[in-house]
Amino acid sequence: MYDWPLWEVFIRARGGLDHRHAGSVHAPDAHMALRHARDTYTRRLEGVSIWVVRSSDIVASDPAQDYSMFEPAASKIYRHPTFYVLPEAVDHM
Amino acid sequence: MYTTELGKVSPLQDGAQEDPERLAAFETRVAADEFVEPKDWMPQAYRRTLVRQISQHAHSEIVGMLPEGNWLTRAPSLQRKAILLAKIQDEGGHGLYLYCAAETLGTSREEMIDALHSGRAKYSTIFNYPTLNWADIGAIGWLVDGAAIMNQVPLQRTSYGPYARAMVRICKEESFHQRQGYDLLLALAKGTAAQKAMSQDALNRWWWPALMMFGPPDEDSPNSAQSIRWRIKRETNDQLRQKFVDATVPQAELLGLTIPDPDLNWNEQRGHYDFGAIEWDEFYAVVRGEGPTAKERITARRDAWANGAWVREAAAAFEAKRAARVAA
Repeated sequence: MYDWPLWEVFIRARGGLDHRHAGSVHAPDAHMALRHARDTYTRRLEGVSIWVVRSSDIVASDPAQDYSMFEPAASKIYRHPTFYVLPEAVDHM
Repeated sequence: MYTTELGKVSPLQDGAQEDPERLAAFETRVAADEFVEPKDWMPQAYRRTLVRQISQHAHSEIVGMLPEGNWLTRAPSLQRKAILLAKIQDEGGHGLYLYCAAETLGTSREEMIDALHSGRAKYSTIFNYPTLNWADIGAIGWLVDGAAIMNQVPLQRTSYGPYARAMVRICKEESFHQRQGYDLLLALAKGTAAQKAMSQDALNRWWWPALMMFGPPDEDSPNSAQSIRWRIKRETNDQLRQKFVDATVPQAELLGLTIPDPDLNWNEQRGHYDFGAIEWDEFYAVVRGEGPTAKERITARRDAWANGAWVREAAAAFEAKRAARVAA
């Protein structure tokens, strides 16, 4: 016995929303993965669209390196609107 | 449905080998209610405890389909049959969510299924009791799934992200299970004397096993403190059991049924119900697989797996053929 490949499942709950990660399923091929995803994650109309992608095709950042990975953004507080203190009369800008 | 108490590993046995600095940083994160995600560093004992707990939980969902499947062909109406089918399908789904969560910790589906089928893995003892009459299906939903909800609601905030997210999904669906069970018993309670007697008989047999689902008393649950510190568990066995009794007694009264415990009494001073002593020898016998139906359950699982082999083989052959065609 061997395990079928693992697929990550992404579901769009309704039109206008992003696909969101729901979980994963094992399946021998993409079409079976879609069917399994439907049966596993949308038994109560949780979605109008499903994406499946092989888990092994996902490239992820390394949590051990997250400081150096995200540090460039951490030091740039001037990217936030609240950085700018404006006169009260125009502060709702 | 499940209990957090089966076959726990002692977290102390390999704690000494961990890097104390990383361990301290981990403890601080978890104490601050941060979530741990699959690729984060975690102590070995945390990982092992979770693999054990999540896979046993998954097995319990899968085995939990069996006592109910027993009644599918004899459900008294088409509606009850459709409801029961949907519930059983949910249990299968819950097993799948949980197997996936466990796999993020580095175990494989194959290993887990093999552990279940070979009898090495434990599942909740509650499924080693037989379902003798139709009211048992109501009692399972009301009491067994009700106790499971008590256990599972706090786990939506458990420290391991994939487990917590699976629990959110499960809890949403579990409420249907409990309500359909109560609804079933309500229908019987309004029925003939024979139907009422059937409900009382089911309550008599399921009440104590349901209380045992919360696991041994706190003083006999030595690893609980560690699990609570790691936010793998959020409330103690006795706290959850008390909550369940307090919630369930009025529900039994509304059904006109009597809880089979002569010591059950409202304690004005504590603001809780007092209840009688639990027969733990029975619990441990069932944990050891001595329950009347333990063998039957695993045999049914193994048979289902073996009888489904041709479907798995056909699906794999179909994909191999498609891949060969693409390659050509």
